[in-house]
Amino acid sequence: MWAFRELAGLLWRGLPLDRYYLGWMGNEEGNRYDPGLRITPPAIPVASQYAYAVGLAYASRYRKEEAVTVAFTGDGGTSEGDFHESLNAAGVFKLPIVFVVQNNQWAISVPRSRQTASETIAQKAVAYGIRGIQVDGNDILAMYAASKEAVEVARSGGGPTLIEAYTYRLGDHTTSDDARRYRLTAEAKKWEARDPLVRTMKLLYARGVLDDKGTETIWEEARQAVEDAVSAAESAPPPSLEDVFQYTFEDLPPSLAEQLDALRGERQ
Amino acid sequence: MMMNMVQAINSALANEMEADDSVMVLGEDVGTVGGVFRVTDGLLGRFGADRVIDTPLAESLIAGMATGMAMAGLRPVAEMQFMGFSYLAMSMIISHTARMRNRSRGTYTVPMVLRMPYGAGVKALEHHSESTEAMYVQVPGLKVVVPSTPREAKGLLISSIRDPDPVVFLEPTRSYRLFKEEVEDGPFTIPLGEARTVQEGDDVTVVGWGAMMPLVQEAVEAAEGDGTSCEIIDLRTLSPMDSDAVVRSVQRTGRVVIVQEAPMTCGVAAELMARINKKAFLSLEAPPERVTAPDITVPLPKGEKYYYISPDRIYDAIVRTVSF
Ligand SMILES: Cc1ncc(C[n+]2csc(CCOP(=O)(O)OP(=O)(O)O)c2C)c(N)n1
Ligand SMILES: [Mg+2]
Repeated sequence: MWAFRELAGLLWRGLPLDRYYLGWMGNEEGNRYDPGLRITPPAIPVASQYAYAVGLAYASRYRKEEAVTVAFTGDGGTSEGDFHESLNAAGVFKLPIVFVVQNNQWAISVPRSRQTASETIAQKAVAYGIRGIQVDGNDILAMYAASKEAVEVARSGGGPTLIEAYTYRLGDHTTSDDARRYRLTAEAKKWEARDPLVRTMKLLYARGVLDDKGTETIWEEARQAVEDAVSAAESAPPPSLEDVFQYTFEDLPPSLAEQLDALRGERQ
Repeated sequence: MMMNMVQAINSALANEMEADDSVMVLGEDVGTVGGVFRVTDGLLGRFGADRVIDTPLAESLIAGMATGMAMAGLRPVAEMQFMGFSYLAMSMIISHTARMRNRSRGTYTVPMVLRMPYGAGVKALEHHSESTEAMYVQVPGLKVVVPSTPREAKGLLISSIRDPDPVVFLEPTRSYRLFKEEVEDGPFTIPLGEARTVQEGDDVTVVGWGAMMPLVQEAVEAAEGDGTSCEIIDLRTLSPMDSDAVVRSVQRTGRVVIVQEAPMTCGVAAELMARINKKAFLSLEAPPERVTAPDITVPLPKGEKYYYISPDRIYDAIVRTVSF
């Protein structure tokens, strides 16, 4: 259950990259995922999906499925009521669920210190009676180990885990944001060396798994994949008038059908 | 000075904070960065962190905190980053902000303003294009104000800040930087609960508010090119609603077109039509028309044109009404 920053996870799950771009280009079709991928659509109201994460987890346990629900939010998201209500309830019901907080130190212009007086986000788990762990979020292997353990615990009936992935938002919040207005460029610079991609690359070089030639190939493949996905998304047909009505209900009620009909005859 | 709407709202806030140290600003990103639309730009530097408060990311908290501050005699101006996120605060707003005066038999009042950008037509992502003003209009005890120009925004906001009751102040995102007009540097007020006749005319009354006004203007210009004389009314306060101004106009013109960005059913236009039917029934020469969005979720940008009202649709409605 992604929020809006979990591209890596979506790709790993098998979401075609062009779907992802299509969504951000403003086409609902970008949110049409193969149900086999078990990805819920983006949840823009921060941390709000935590509440229905509890419902999904409850349902999968009730049906005795193997599934573990994994829900993401940011450090800012931990201030919302839904975050607390959901961690609390997940603890009460001892649900198979993993809450991942990408603590990237900033919620647009607001620093982590302004979201909570707690020393860590992970420690909030203590109050809800669930497992909590703070992980170096830029260490891919550490994140892998912590997530694997959390999923295994959840699956074996041990209840939820809150994972705080300690990281940093290197870029601006969005293209209309300018982070220089509220933080030191030097702070961001310091974190560039800790970029998880850079660190993983170093590790792979050190182990002899990767060299410059391999890196070159990966970059080339990535560039090509992005280019292909962007042009695929750009050439996707825009929605029709019918499309924007179609998913309001299973069956279009007569009053809506009438509105659709009226709009067919009107200029847009 | 020539100001766009962002500057005019900023100027209103600065004037009122200057004049009254119980006026404060709170919300997400309103301080250091001056708001995601820069509406509160510079206020932190001028008035300090005690009065320009970057809150944690929590809408119910923002509305509730402002409510408490207002109950204690302060005049908070709280910001919801987008109208679509004010839903997280609705329980607080409906259950407490709006009812405190009644519940406490007037012992506690809530003189606060809840500012929020609203509306579509800005190619935004989901939840950033809502215009669900009717939901707020339905709440007894709340006033709902929607300015349409920079000068209107300043005068109406100052009135809202000074008003003894809670005001939901809806700022049309699309109009934030659409145009500039002359706005007084100092404080001035425009009374709440009074519609504005933008231009007088004889054949048809065209009513709108907020972001619809520039579109109304465009459609009316086209209709006048055909020789139709249009009266334009900017409702500007949706609660209390100055339906009498519209009724008086319709009693003269006999025809009315109401333009509402929001979905059709149970919208502000419906209420206005009910009042017109009741009070101007015998003056009507055509059924009251409304141009609204359909009753669907606001589509993402690629499908927005099917939802968002165009000047053409308003023009066509004027023609239909006049030729009825
Ligand atoms: C309920 C809600 N309020 C406000 C916003 C506007 N907004 C979008 S992202 C954001 C900051 C989120 O910060 P954080 O949770 O730390 O996530 P990050 O973007 O840093 O990953 C805000 C305030 C929103 N999307 N949802
Ligand atoms: Mg963050």
